[in-house]
Amino acid sequence: MSDVKLPLYGEMADPTPKISVRGLDFFYGDHQALFSNDIDIAPNRVTAVIGPSGCGKSTHLRVYNRIFELYREQRVKGAVLLNGENIFAPTVKLLDLRRRVGMIFQKPTPFPMSVFENVAYGIRLHYAVSKSELDGRVEEALKGAALWEEVRDLLNRPGTALSGGQQQRLCIARAIAVEPEVLLMDEPTSAIDPIATAKIEELVEGLKGKYTIVIVTHNMQQAARISDFTAFFFKGYIIEFGATKQIFTNPHNKKTEEYITGRFG
Amino acid sequence: MTRFHEYLSEHFETIFRWFTILCAGTVLLIMAGMFINLAWNARLAIGEFGLGFLWSDAWDPALNEYGAFSSIYGTLVSTLIAMAIAVPMSVVIALFLVELAHPTVSKVVGSAIELLAAIPSIIYGMWGLFVFAPIMAETVQPFLQETLGLEKVPGLGRLFTGAPMGIGMLTAGLILALMILPFISAVMRDVFAMVPPVVKESAYGMGSTTWEVTHKVTLRYGIQGIIGACFLGLGRALGETMAVTFVIGNAHRISPSLYDAGNSIASTLANEFAEASEPIYLHSLIYLGLVLLVMTFFIQLAAQWWVARLKKSMGAGL
Repeated sequence: MSDVKLPLYGEMADPTPKISVRGLDFFYGDHQALFSNDIDIAPNRVTAVIGPSGCGKSTHLRVYNRIFELYREQRVKGAVLLNGENIFAPTVKLLDLRRRVGMIFQKPTPFPMSVFENVAYGIRLHYAVSKSELDGRVEEALKGAALWEEVRDLLNRPGTALSGGQQQRLCIARAIAVEPEVLLMDEPTSAIDPIATAKIEELVEGLKGKYTIVIVTHNMQQAARISDFTAFFFKGYIIEFGATKQIFTNPHNKKTEEYITGRFG
Repeated sequence: MTRFHEYLSEHFETIFRWFTILCAGTVLLIMAGMFINLAWNARLAIGEFGLGFLWSDAWDPALNEYGAFSSIYGTLVSTLIAMAIAVPMSVVIALFLVELAHPTVSKVVGSAIELLAAIPSIIYGMWGLFVFAPIMAETVQPFLQETLGLEKVPGLGRLFTGAPMGIGMLTAGLILALMILPFISAVMRDVFAMVPPVVKESAYGMGSTTWEVTHKVTLRYGIQGIIGACFLGLGRALGETMAVTFVIGNAHRISPSLYDAGNSIASTLANEFAEASEPIYLHSLIYLGLVLLVMTFFIQLAAQWWVARLKKSMGAGL
């Protein structure tokens, strides 16, 4: 295989990237927040996005499911290919894109309904299923998010009555219930305690067998622990991207080194 | 520093605490005072008619026979019409302002709604009588009679029988709807605006349409505030006096037709206070006022109970 065809993450994973980003610029009105971002996301791997606050990590992530389009002053230039298809192509159905690319937010966002209904929400949106099939899928999703044992007797309780960590896993269950291909996680553990964080990290490790995961984190130990690849963002540019091990032990860029050794950020 | 200042600064916390207790206590005192006062000044009517006052439809000042039923009926029917129109419209207006409208449009329409709320009720009354009632008589009522009248819709069509005079229960209900609409939609707009963007984002992130996000998440999230807004409007509609008095027709009558003249508790009070020469007449009117107070009181209680129950079952955020 020639060098040109090799994805940006090199030879360490599947040669066909799940997501390919080329020349991505992002604007909040007149303010440009991302500058010609190029990155490849390896399928069934965890890719961590790190960098100081305000460097564009979340902004970059929010392009993948086009959630930024909710705000009329935000726009992009460039291409984002999901399985080789540009997500901005008119043939791409936005609602289906968002089913295929799920998102987990910084704070748990259970909907104001029961635990069961939270998970059933997306299934009802996208699939016509019988009651018994719905029950099965909800159970499966909750098991997938390692929450089933804790909530099997609380399915009719409001989702907001769970603990913070449980709420976040409920959101993960809700996301995986619609059979996505990619899970975007925007600092998913920054609002919850260390023990709950450990549970979610463990869960992420388990999930990558089935899903491609992109996780924004400000916690470098977390990135080092759970990710296979790491992208370092600075002032809207992707300064360095490569295998996590390499980024953390032998960064090529001076800025990356300064950041991971804690000299700024 | 004088001794007084010294004392003040030393005991400020205590003094302030008692001051707040005093202010809050005043509310309870006024509330209790009103009940006691109304009951005392209605004592002749209470003694004469007892609770039967509530379901007697007699109202005859010549024979000194009084009953509240036609007024209670009119109050409830006009309020029901108003709520049936104003609540759904308010939900839609508020959702438009928060979710769909361009920020500039939202600001302009939002201010217009607030201005609408500031119009004194006497203006609504005059407008209702001189402008709206003729429109009702010439256009709306004949149209309703043709499309929903007895010949077209048996049963329900009874609501639209009778002479289209322009004034009556339906007109009163519509004017009331117009009056409470700005209140309900302004509060609902604030409720919808308070739903955290991240909750909406995660609903959109699941692949929901705007409609799905709205009715499955935003509405549920704000349900307590929405109910609160409705009861605010309901309270206003029940007690609204001037505008209703102008257009309701002021007859002590219970009629299945919404075109007929009727009255409400508030309109009866406004109309007849000056005429109440006999003590029993006056006491009956005050008794009527007491009925209105008790009605609103229990409606508020029911609202609070309902909200508390919802909170328990859904864990809604507001």
